[in-house]
Amino acid sequence: MTAGKGGDIELAGLSKSFDGSTFVVEGVNLKIPDGAYCCFLGPSGCGKTTILRMVAGHEDPTSGEIVIGGENVVGLPPLARRTAMMFQSYALFPHLSVRDNIAFALRVRGNSKQERYAKTDEMMDKVQLSELADRLPAQLSGGQQQRVALARAAITEPRVLLLDEPLSALDEQLRIQMRQELRRMQRQLGITFIHVTHTQLEAIALADLVVVMEKGRIKQAGAARDVYASPKDRYVAEFLGGQNLLRGRVQTVNGHHAVVTAPDLRGIQVPLAATRVAVGDDIAVAVRRDDIELVRPGGPALSAGVTSIASRVLAIEYQGYFLKVMLDTMEGSEFIAYVPERKFFADPFEVGDVVLATWAIEHARILT
Amino acid sequence: MTAGVATSAGPRAAARSRAIAPRSGGRPWTFYVLATVFVLYVAALYGPMICIYVLSFQDVRGGLVFPMKGLSLHWFVDLFTQVRTGDVQGSFDRSIRLAILVTIITVVVSFLAGMAFRRRFPGDTVVFYLMIGSLVAPGLVLGIGTGLLFNLLGIEAHWYTAAVGAQLSWTLPFGVLVMFAVMSRFDRAWEEAARDLGATRAQTIWLVVIPILSPGIVAVALFGFTLSYDEFARTLQTAGSLNTLPLEIWSMTLNVTSPSLYALGTVTTIISFLIIGACLGAISLIQRRRAATLGGVPR
Repeated sequence: MTAGKGGDIELAGLSKSFDGSTFVVEGVNLKIPDGAYCCFLGPSGCGKTTILRMVAGHEDPTSGEIVIGGENVVGLPPLARRTAMMFQSYALFPHLSVRDNIAFALRVRGNSKQERYAKTDEMMDKVQLSELADRLPAQLSGGQQQRVALARAAITEPRVLLLDEPLSALDEQLRIQMRQELRRMQRQLGITFIHVTHTQLEAIALADLVVVMEKGRIKQAGAARDVYASPKDRYVAEFLGGQNLLRGRVQTVNGHHAVVTAPDLRGIQVPLAATRVAVGDDIAVAVRRDDIELVRPGGPALSAGVTSIASRVLAIEYQGYFLKVMLDTMEGSEFIAYVPERKFFADPFEVGDVVLATWAIEHARILT
Repeated sequence: MTAGVATSAGPRAAARSRAIAPRSGGRPWTFYVLATVFVLYVAALYGPMICIYVLSFQDVRGGLVFPMKGLSLHWFVDLFTQVRTGDVQGSFDRSIRLAILVTIITVVVSFLAGMAFRRRFPGDTVVFYLMIGSLVAPGLVLGIGTGLLFNLLGIEAHWYTAAVGAQLSWTLPFGVLVMFAVMSRFDRAWEEAARDLGATRAQTIWLVVIPILSPGIVAVALFGFTLSYDEFARTLQTAGSLNTLPLEIWSMTLNVTSPSLYALGTVTTIISFLIIGACLGAISLIQRRRAATLGGVPR
């Protein structure tokens, strides 16, 4: 993260409305540190691509500022912002060879053929495209096309690279491979990447900063682990997955813990942490699926500080290194335990078995 | 892995072809019915023209009807040497020039219209129907109207004035419709990518939009050219004193009673085919340059 090369990106009160009444992006404030890998995560239509396009200069904000390296770039063309965008379907020029695609930015800048090809060849070498220099985009595989798109954007020496769903056109295996390649390229170039995706696995695998969005607003922004393990609210928890959500009403509050009940939930204890709740509040409690331990009823007594709910096994899915055990704990919502493979097969459950889903009280979290 | 796929695909493919093909292994009877219909269709389409071409190769004794008398190029020579056959050379010349002029205007206007209509704008439906509305107007009436209008404006009707206007009312709507179809496959992301990489608007159009659309633009040009080259109804009242080729042929049918009329038909057809061939050649050349699989890595 070399200071001065790029600079932080700040979005201040950024809003966008296409029709003047509904806002696709509304009051977004965010600071992305220089050299960070930032992922915008959200379902389609949440405004994440619109933010990207506004940073890129392909869309003007209705209000708010986009500051890159201390300078408000609203109204500037992409080149002056020193941003470059990698489009969702890559948007490679179908009539130009790989070399000419990559050299395009230099060509429109008026560099001589010799000059731009020298630079282009250097870039192609860097991303291992040299043997493909004379191919046309239609003759490339998805992964190769992505590399060309990346090289074409990188040759402009941007300080920010904007990637719009860069992996969505690839098949599963390639997606994981190219994901690593993106991260490697980001480190190699040493510039800020802003990556838009609707796949939570992609976001948490790649990003230094994960920004979860809903309906034009940021729901939570933070390190991947913070967002995944400590979701702020129900929406983030559900979108990132890996959590069981229990809804209930606060029955009692005593200093450190609250007791929550629901029609099919006898009182469970939840640590209060920093959240403030009052008796009678309807709240949601999140428990990580891998924090759930399943035990057979009638076994040794549970230690203090452990909550348990009796449930029936609805279904079991083998996932390789763990098993996904679905329980009927709560009417109308899923409750799932991730059981390590070896542990499960030491004493396997069958569908229909009655089990106790247990977890350490301190592992449950109240969501706002 | 690949072997497994191949073996499992084998029996499945065989099963499918068995289900469709008749049990005896030959073609179904419907094939012969449809083939007959198609042969009749082709015969009806090309038979009349072939009659003309065949009869144009008669010798000096030749007449306007079958049977064929001798075999020579006599009437082709006659066509270019005899005064009584009319001004074939001049009218051909004018028709080509007119077609080129009309083609250029059609291509430019259709391209601009195609660019404009990628986005919705207030009144776009009205503009669209105004553009293609002249297709439904009877050509002869439209031609007379154009002639009258030029008269009113004090511009003398020539093949290069009123006829251009009249023909554009025919070629432009077609050009625009073809261009719309071509444009519908143009991805705006290409333009945005060009802009992102620092291209000006002019550079984007010149280096990205036009090259990508070039096969479609050639198709519009081909349409414009052939529609103009043999346009008759609209040109009749607007070409002024000097005839275009279709008008010349028409007047010849009234007063030339030799197979040189047929020879003219053969010559103009050959020229049309040469032009179409050149255009198709240009398109396939462009396509081949960006071919999907040139023995390279499959997609």
